[in-house]
Amino acid sequence: MAAHVVAKKTYFTVFATLIGLTALTTYVATIDLGPLNIVVALLIAMCKASLVVLFFMHLRWSSRLMHVVGVAALFWLAILLALTLSDYRTRPWTPAGKPWGTSNIQFNR
Amino acid sequence: MSTTAVAPTTGVNYLNAQYGIRSWLLTTDHKRIALLYLGSVTFFFLIGGAAAVLMRLHLIEPQGALLEPATYNKMFSMHGIIMVFFFLIPSIPAVMGNFLVPMMVGARDLAFPRLNLLSWYVYIVGGLFTLYAVVAGGVDTGWTFYTPLSTTYANGNVMAAALGVFITGFSSILTGLNFVVTIHKMRAPGLTWFRLPLFLWAIYATSIIMILGTPVLAITLLLVALERTFHVGIFDPALGGDPILFQHLFWFYSHPAVYIMILPSMGVVSELVTCFSRKRIFGYSFVAFSSVAIAVISFLVWGHHMFVSGQSVYAGLVFSALSFAVAIPSAIKVFNWTATLYKGSVSYQAPMLYALGFIGLFTMGGLTGLFLASLATDIHLHDTYFVIAHFHYIMVGGALMGYLGGLHFWWPKMTGRLYPDGWARFSALVIFIGFNLTFFPQYILGYLGMPRRYAVYPEEFQVLNVMSSAGASILAVGYLIPLVYFIWSIRYGPPAGPNPWGAKGLEWETPSPPPTENFEEVPVVEEEAYAYGEKEAHVV
Repeated sequence: MAAHVVAKKTYFTVFATLIGLTALTTYVATIDLGPLNIVVALLIAMCKASLVVLFFMHLRWSSRLMHVVGVAALFWLAILLALTLSDYRTRPWTPAGKPWGTSNIQFNR
Repeated sequence: MSTTAVAPTTGVNYLNAQYGIRSWLLTTDHKRIALLYLGSVTFFFLIGGAAAVLMRLHLIEPQGALLEPATYNKMFSMHGIIMVFFFLIPSIPAVMGNFLVPMMVGARDLAFPRLNLLSWYVYIVGGLFTLYAVVAGGVDTGWTFYTPLSTTYANGNVMAAALGVFITGFSSILTGLNFVVTIHKMRAPGLTWFRLPLFLWAIYATSIIMILGTPVLAITLLLVALERTFHVGIFDPALGGDPILFQHLFWFYSHPAVYIMILPSMGVVSELVTCFSRKRIFGYSFVAFSSVAIAVISFLVWGHHMFVSGQSVYAGLVFSALSFAVAIPSAIKVFNWTATLYKGSVSYQAPMLYALGFIGLFTMGGLTGLFLASLATDIHLHDTYFVIAHFHYIMVGGALMGYLGGLHFWWPKMTGRLYPDGWARFSALVIFIGFNLTFFPQYILGYLGMPRRYAVYPEEFQVLNVMSSAGASILAVGYLIPLVYFIWSIRYGPPAGPNPWGAKGLEWETPSPPPTENFEEVPVVEEEAYAYGEKEAHVV
């Protein structure tokens, strides 16, 4: 299968965009957005990763099988995050243990 | 099964086509690289085995007979790190996978031969780092590198050992990538997915795990290094981190890694059971898809290592239920192998003895895994010798038996020589007996409450510990016997001929040892796999 030839201009444009987004990340880091700080940083990072995968790694011009591979990798990442968060998000649900001697449990003697 | 070229009569094969150390170190021939891996993993197996022998000798007496407690800690760490990352994970994929994948798909080499050679060098560099860590004073973190021990308290050799594992991971990724591309792109004409030998389905599923899981281990070890070196707060609560996060990330790879070890063995067993029963596999597609199912589910169960770690009880419930799910495809395989034996023309040559040993030991290891996947019983059994016995039944009784079975099965193909079958059967028996004597008492020890990784133990546990140590010495002899007769056979073994077992499969249609290019002409496949009992292959 012949490799898709991409114009140099495309590569330079993508590269410039990546540099621009890096500058944007740096700038946003100086502004306090509260809980959105990390959301914005991750969104910009995701955009940059997508550009790299689509253009530098040629996924945009690849076969459907390659698209499946790309989606599968993201799905695997989602498994890692979802099941790890299933621990962190539910930890507060567990009632704290009571001190010794104050338990309501009655033992038959 | 197919049409192939007439065997070359010149006697030139991949072993004698070129001579000299340079021809080996710069080879891109998948068969030679397989042999490079065979030598390397055997070397690491002997080192890891020596550590195990020292541990078992030490545990003959309750107060410890041989080692300082700190040295004992280093011994079990070295044993675990070397056996898991430098023997079990590369064993079947890198040795038999490298040798067989191109031959089984009817290709002349893997898709990326130079990448294949690179993977061996990467493996060796990783191994050297780990050996340096051993020589420089060892590590005492166990093979799991748990934080905060590894990040805060353990000595400096942790970095060398972790770096060794980190580097070797890339070897694994490259090997997996090569197999996936080869199986997708280089199958011979007529070799459809459902005509593939089940070994290839297993290797394919294994490769998926290698590609998807190994980077997570790499990044986790990198985070450990960052925290140790630059005090970035990832796992240390004092720096705002969480030590349980390490366990999540570590087991996201390391639980599927168990399936990197066992799935290829299952593939080997499918080949052996059909060949030595002279029967088609029972339920081909079930066995094939169960490999894929195991690979997928293996990524959903890691939290069962963490039931008592402080992980949320609710997450524990989810992981427990998912862990039970992985028993289903594993059981499908065991039942289908057993059904294949039914009314088969079974012969008990050495490879088959290993395969039958695998089925029995893997079943015991798998079933005791269910005890550990249950939340309540795991509280009692966690971090006891029960766990040690369970995973050795899977990783030694299962993975290693499969590896040895495969080695006995394809040795005549790899070397062109036969080994003495009587000795081979004897060693299979010695290994089976030695293994059970080593590890069955450990189930009882664990149930009675003996914790793992302790250098001393109460006196009432001595009898069972002595039994285990005695079994380990028998096991060691069982492993040394094949080493002797395999080396003997290279020089003195009678010529094997192309197909000494009367087996089906493209790899048996080439001379033994095969020529460098495997097949003179591209073979055309016209039959399903395992067409035993059919008329002889129709030659066009």
